[in-house]
Amino acid sequence: MSTLGEMQQAFARALSDPEAAIPAGLGGRRAAQAQRRFAIYRNNVTASLIDALQESFPVTAALVGEEFFRAMAREFVRCERPRSQVLLCYGDTFPDFIAAFEPAQALPYLADVARIEAAWIATYHAADAEPLGPAALAALGADAGAARVKLLPSVRLVVSQFPAGSIWLAHQAEHAGEAGEGPETVLVVRPAMEVTLRVMRGAEGVFATALYRGGSIEEAAAAALGADGSFDPGTALVSLLTQGAVLAFEMENDR
Amino acid sequence: MLHHASARCAAGIPDRAGVGLKPEHYREILEQNPDVGYFEVHAENYMGAGGPPHAYLEVIRKRYPLSLHGVGLSIGAAGPLDRAHLSRLKALNERYEPGLFSEHLAWSTHESEFFNDLLPVPYTQETLDIVCRHIDEVQTTLRRQMLLENPSVYVLFEESEIPETEFLALIAARTGCGLLLDVNNVEVSANNAGYDAAKYIDSFPVEHVGEIHLAGNAVAEGEGERLLIDAHGSPVEDSVWGLYRGALSRTGPVPTLIEWDNDVPSWPRLLGEAQKAEAELSRSARQRNRTPARATALA
Repeated sequence: MSTLGEMQQAFARALSDPEAAIPAGLGGRRAAQAQRRFAIYRNNVTASLIDALQESFPVTAALVGEEFFRAMAREFVRCERPRSQVLLCYGDTFPDFIAAFEPAQALPYLADVARIEAAWIATYHAADAEPLGPAALAALGADAGAARVKLLPSVRLVVSQFPAGSIWLAHQAEHAGEAGEGPETVLVVRPAMEVTLRVMRGAEGVFATALYRGGSIEEAAAAALGADGSFDPGTALVSLLTQGAVLAFEMENDR
Repeated sequence: MLHHASARCAAGIPDRAGVGLKPEHYREILEQNPDVGYFEVHAENYMGAGGPPHAYLEVIRKRYPLSLHGVGLSIGAAGPLDRAHLSRLKALNERYEPGLFSEHLAWSTHESEFFNDLLPVPYTQETLDIVCRHIDEVQTTLRRQMLLENPSVYVLFEESEIPETEFLALIAARTGCGLLLDVNNVEVSANNAGYDAAKYIDSFPVEHVGEIHLAGNAVAEGEGERLLIDAHGSPVEDSVWGLYRGALSRTGPVPTLIEWDNDVPSWPRLLGEAQKAEAELSRSARQRNRTPARATALA
């Protein structure tokens, strides 16, 4: 390996592991000064990622407080170093980390709120696409049930056993809604430049989840009707179209 | 290797003050159409597939000259450049056709790991060869000249054998790249390495300078040392304005960017910083115009 490569290997090891010795040959200063100077890099590398997570997960941070959040984020950064120079979606695995993070177990909904925030970021940066309007439903015709719903590239769905969507909404400045209870399914989409969230409960959530996973309208409706006999698939489809979540309807023979 | 007549002629960026574009200011900029020489963006922030960042940048690009500044290419790494990342940079260059493209004399990747910082390299013959090879690859792939930025450093390598200004001059001469003179980095590194910032500016190979960066720094004291940190979270220091004047007296007017990336200020405050730089550029232009007139009178 080149001399430069050896130095960078030692530098990288010491950045990742605060216990590791700093690289040799960093100036003839007192050891304590060299340590402190190297610590600036150690701190930059970690703190910049913690800051990025705090910016991406503001509601999660508000729920646990800044001190707890930054300690949790520090642990995540230690376990999952970025593998890409593009940090836009760094933290997409943070929700899974939170779900397994022992000190956060007192807030069982926390990981799902974080999933909504990760979905928000992914939706924000997703490829642009023009959604169908509600009028598209009329064009579906007699074999509508066999159609599958192709959703926008920006659509993300978060299925929670908790009222995670209501908790997220309660932390938005413009929101003045009632607290929710029970399981919620949250659909995040960006039909144009604004990310929007739709919180669904019961059969409507079952219906959207089945469509999101690639089921036909018929199959999704059957699953939803199993949860609630009075469910109306037509109304739910119009809601999805109105929210701007649908890219196209695909018939079986189109696929 | 690419050859270019000068760092300046192909730029397409006016010799004016520009501002680092922040999402916080997208709307105000579109509504107010402020008189700004150009905008600069961090390439890595525009590597998503779509969404508001691209939509805003498209509109701003139509109204203003644009400079693209990479922060993750790791030109100083001993290992090969990341081809996937280079392809992303190429796509951005083709999409937005920026007047300038710049990167850093630093490394940030090792094996598959990315360190979100600009890490220092020793100034040796070996580093020189590696950096020049990487810059050749960048310029060949992007089919354009790039500018290389002088770093902020906190540690010094005993094995360094070439002064930084000479190291940069050698790179520019060998690769045909231009240089981005970051005056705040000069102040930070000079303080931390214990050399004279004004002398550094005096020995900088100004014929290669295609852009200047200005930013705020922060002080960190401890272990009997007063270190400066390249923090980009405050106004440009008076001492840095002074060094900037010294640099302009050598370069003449050159595109100058205000970088303020953390604790992002209000748009009017940021614009105010750019106007200060613009005033210095005007003064520099007047001085430049006076000099040949006097020479004529003497002849």
